[in-house]
Amino acid sequence: MIVGGPSKAGAVTERKPWTFYALAGVFCLYMAFLYGPMLVIYLLSFQGENGGVTFPMVGASTVWFQDIVKPGQMANIPVSFSRSMGLASVVSIITVVFAVAAGLGFRRRFPGSGVVFYLAVASLVMPSLLVGFGIGLGFQFLGWETSMFTSALGAQLTWTLPFGLFAMFAVVNRFNRSWEEAATDLGASAFQRLRHVTLPILLPGIIGVAMGAFTLSYDEYARTTLTIGTKNTLPLEIYALISSATSPTLFAIGTLTTGGSFLAIGVTLVLVLRMQKRRTAASLKVG
Amino acid sequence: MDTRFDVELVSVSKRYGTTLAVDAISLRIPAASYCCLLGPSGCGKTTTLRMIAGHEAISAGDILIQGQNISELAPVRRGTAMMFQSYALFPHLNCLDNVAFSLKMRGVGKAERHAKAREFLGLVQMADFAQRLPAQLSGGQQQRVALARALIMRPKVLLLDEPLSALDPFLRIKVREELKRLQRELGITFVHVTHSQDEAMALADMMVVMQDGHIRQSGSPREVFEKPVSPFIAKFIGSHNVLSGPSGPIAIRADRCRLGVPGDGPFVSGRITAVEYQGAMVRVAMMTDLGPEAAALMPDRDFYADPVGPGDPATLVWAERDAHAMMEA
Repeated sequence: MIVGGPSKAGAVTERKPWTFYALAGVFCLYMAFLYGPMLVIYLLSFQGENGGVTFPMVGASTVWFQDIVKPGQMANIPVSFSRSMGLASVVSIITVVFAVAAGLGFRRRFPGSGVVFYLAVASLVMPSLLVGFGIGLGFQFLGWETSMFTSALGAQLTWTLPFGLFAMFAVVNRFNRSWEEAATDLGASAFQRLRHVTLPILLPGIIGVAMGAFTLSYDEYARTTLTIGTKNTLPLEIYALISSATSPTLFAIGTLTTGGSFLAIGVTLVLVLRMQKRRTAASLKVG
Repeated sequence: MDTRFDVELVSVSKRYGTTLAVDAISLRIPAASYCCLLGPSGCGKTTTLRMIAGHEAISAGDILIQGQNISELAPVRRGTAMMFQSYALFPHLNCLDNVAFSLKMRGVGKAERHAKAREFLGLVQMADFAQRLPAQLSGGQQQRVALARALIMRPKVLLLDEPLSALDPFLRIKVREELKRLQRELGITFVHVTHSQDEAMALADMMVVMQDGHIRQSGSPREVFEKPVSPFIAKFIGSHNVLSGPSGPIAIRADRCRLGVPGDGPFVSGRITAVEYQGAMVRVAMMTDLGPEAAALMPDRDFYADPVGPGDPATLVWAERDAHAMMEA
């Protein structure tokens, strides 16, 4: 790019402006801030048997990982992990069902669609702790017992449903309406159209919504803490441990769950990319 | 039952709120004919096609297919099949399953529907691409698969929404020949929406020119070209000079005009604004002294016998019998 003035020796030099280096520096700081602490935790989780929660590393071992499943102080970790998985699965399924239905419904303006939309948005900006507090208070007022699959499930859905709806807007936006018309033209009933055309085409996006809702639920703290009742989910359990116990076992839990998350994300990504690879070219070429 | 006409529109209207997209149009398309609905964008041609297909409700009037009123029927029961502008092939199904889709919806077994689909892929010379996904096909190939998918329905009337607009110009001419051949061989009616008068003239047995939700003229392309009923038609079809005659507007085909000197016959003088060499013909555009633009389309030999250039004064002459009188507006 020639900005003006004669260039030296006829060659167009591509010198980057100083702002490039300034912004690159800011970005590097950000990355260090984001990933630095996590790297430290992953490293310290392999602390030697006699080591502590800080550097230096005193040798290396995997004892802290074994500690997780040993009976004792950490006994609640495996069981709270399985609770979190169960709750996240249910949240994910419910979110997908409602978000997909709502996403398809919102393609057409209907009386009150604006109001419904803004009500959904509002629950995203509501302070999460207060939502949990309100739900807990409501249950107490009505004399109901708070528990995982009633109050906590509801509290998490106030967060994942609007998120799922927004994600579905983006997914549905790229959906070509004439696919549905073609299906109708070819004799598909409303159910056949949904089953054989709409859902299969939207599937990569739907998997994305499911994964998003799962992740949001899995590490939810603020809404869950006041609505869960007596049995803790994993984030609540870890938080309790942080304030009481200090050993590299906590770091080992962190390493393990992060590994699990990356594994799940990786598998989903491969699945979705595979599906999209076959299709995006088509919609680009035709659309 | 009257089967002389494959499609009949009886004062069909489409209203969106307070705006009339299609205003009480009536049309009869003879059996086994190629009909082109032609007009500028927003003229109601696509809406009309979609009402015939059943993807748009009819606000008033009736549509008959081979004498049967289908105004209230579901798309699949009308005896029509539609080919969409972007083809709308299902991206997750291969060609074979795309073509077999309608049979699957009817509960036809896998072996039978695949055999049938192969037959129709063969009809459009796409048998070798049965296992390909739409993403792996060129635009022209996608168009053929979409055609096979529509034809497997055995429609009485095939509806095509701008089927050639996504193709490059060379392919367009090739594909339109194929469409015409298929229509002749199958002996069914094609209703084809387009905004290109070239396309309509090349394909149509019956050409229907629409504007503002009305049919302005219908007939064979030759009738429309030789006897445009209004200045709008003459200008839209192109290659016509629209001038004002002694009793209302007249149209003179540009290829019937010459550059010459004022004589006994009709003429108009002006100044040349552009000269376009088009190979066999040369188009000389001029601004007439009376106001409107006009052009002469002359054989290259005639032009180069006495060439002129932009800015030169010129006189456009034609024979009295070539002037075609039209109605106003």
